[in-house]
Amino acid sequence: MNKIPNRQAICQTLLKHAATDKSIFALCSDSRGSASMSPFFQRFPGQSVEMGIAEQNLVGIAAGLASCGKKPYAFSPACFLTTRSYEQAKIDCAYSDTNVKLIGISGGVSYGALGMSHHSAQDIAAMAALPNMRVYLPSDRFQTEKLIEALLQDEKPAYVRVGRNPVEDIYREGACPFQLDKATWLRGKGEAVRAAIIACGEMARPALEAAEALAEEGISASVLDMYCVKPLDREAVLEAAGLADIVVAVEEHSPFGGLGSMVAQVVGEYCPKRVKCLSLPDAPVVTGTSAEVFAHYGLTGEGITRTVKELLS
Amino acid sequence: MLSWELRRDVLDIIMAGGGGHIGGDMSVLNALLVLYKNHLRITPETTNDPDRDRFVLSKGHAMEAYYAVLCHRGFLDLDDVKARFNKCGSPYIGHPNNKLPGIEMNSGSLGHGLPVCVGMALAGKRDGRKYRVYTILGDGELAEGSVWEGAMAAGHYKLDNLCAVVDRNGLQISGPTEDVMSHEPLRARWESFGWHVLEVNGDSIPELDGAFSQAKSLKGKPTAIISRTTKGFGSPLMENKAEWHHHLPAAEEYEAIKKDFEKGKGAAARE
Repeated sequence: MNKIPNRQAICQTLLKHAATDKSIFALCSDSRGSASMSPFFQRFPGQSVEMGIAEQNLVGIAAGLASCGKKPYAFSPACFLTTRSYEQAKIDCAYSDTNVKLIGISGGVSYGALGMSHHSAQDIAAMAALPNMRVYLPSDRFQTEKLIEALLQDEKPAYVRVGRNPVEDIYREGACPFQLDKATWLRGKGEAVRAAIIACGEMARPALEAAEALAEEGISASVLDMYCVKPLDREAVLEAAGLADIVVAVEEHSPFGGLGSMVAQVVGEYCPKRVKCLSLPDAPVVTGTSAEVFAHYGLTGEGITRTVKELLS
Repeated sequence: MLSWELRRDVLDIIMAGGGGHIGGDMSVLNALLVLYKNHLRITPETTNDPDRDRFVLSKGHAMEAYYAVLCHRGFLDLDDVKARFNKCGSPYIGHPNNKLPGIEMNSGSLGHGLPVCVGMALAGKRDGRKYRVYTILGDGELAEGSVWEGAMAAGHYKLDNLCAVVDRNGLQISGPTEDVMSHEPLRARWESFGWHVLEVNGDSIPELDGAFSQAKSLKGKPTAIISRTTKGFGSPLMENKAEWHHHLPAAEEYEAIKKDFEKGKGAAARE
């Protein structure tokens, strides 16, 4: 079992580059521990900024730094970063077009039983609705590293959501195909299948598990790791949908305005097929660890398998 | 003299565009003019120079005053602004647009300028650059919590390369600021956040000029200039009237305001 959460992979990637690229800055809102960014703050104090518990300020100041040529990475729990500082993300980052990378840590229901205040089930919808804001939910630590490496190369704003807990590896060291803004095929590329499963973030792993379980029962399924929710890789969505009888989108998000909505929009317009969106409910989720919450709402390999079989029966 | 000519430009821009925030434009104009003319080290040729001074108009709705000053300083063309302000497809909108030369950041949503300027000032400190960072806030804007988050951080990081002007005209859209949400004791509030505070009559160009000069010599803390101004300054028709926050002058009002500005210009010439 992998022990490195995606947030730690971000820190390691930034550490690797910050020695030679002095424009890389990390900002935290009393969140350096939960962001796994303490090593960065210790090693590069001149490139670290502590904001205290003030997420609006975190994002506004990051935008000011960016306008002076810095590459700020602003870390805060996704729940606070995407709603409390939404106005700053809109005006200071997206609208002013500043090179701010917003890193939402402990996203989705990572905080489990801490309750709805700490859940970010709306972040994809919120951030994706901002013109000029990109939204990424990398699946595992290897893809997270590739994503951050790519984002270090550009000068546009972006929102990245990662979870709190380590997730099982999907890729391997040296075997993580990655192209920015292109989804990664995990299974069944170019094959006619019964079901196309499109997932992002922590849901990529159960999507893959479901496809494997379905295959054992003779039901073919393709799997797309759609880490790039915006800009959505429409080409890949249509390729997957075109070769499948049904499409299943899986996300750790509200039923509205997330990956499922976007996939349904594209498939409905260009390649009408039945689309099932598996998500969290439009309600505060049941109390439990994130694993328990996922199990409760069928956001597991088993749950996805069950859904696909029901839809095909 | 010049400030009265720019007041007339502001009026004409508003009339040409069919709208604007004339009351706040008139109260903030002197600060913008003095800053750009005598203190801010930026020219149309140095808008990308890493050592340029930075300015963000946090009270972004005073855009027509900002247009008048940017045109006067050669960043924009006044005839073009008048021809296209508020028009379909125009870059000249009612709030700062950083696609235009000389405008660093978009604003319009209040409470944004100060945190952004804290980031700019922090970058300057970390890089050892000598540039200064300025912002102008409205007084009604001070009710936004993000202003005080920014003030707190600027004090914490001792950003003496940062200067924030509060255009203290005492009025906001609903009426007197002290009735809507009180800000006094304003000096004590800024001081308690770790700022030097200067208070001036912001309708006086020499007083503002002196404050900007003094702010450069104040070390160890950022400086707030409380600029006590008159909303609608320059025409008794508008002065100290909240309803002139964004009132579009009728034809006869336009003529009366023009005459008042001519009087002001004449009086300035005699001084």
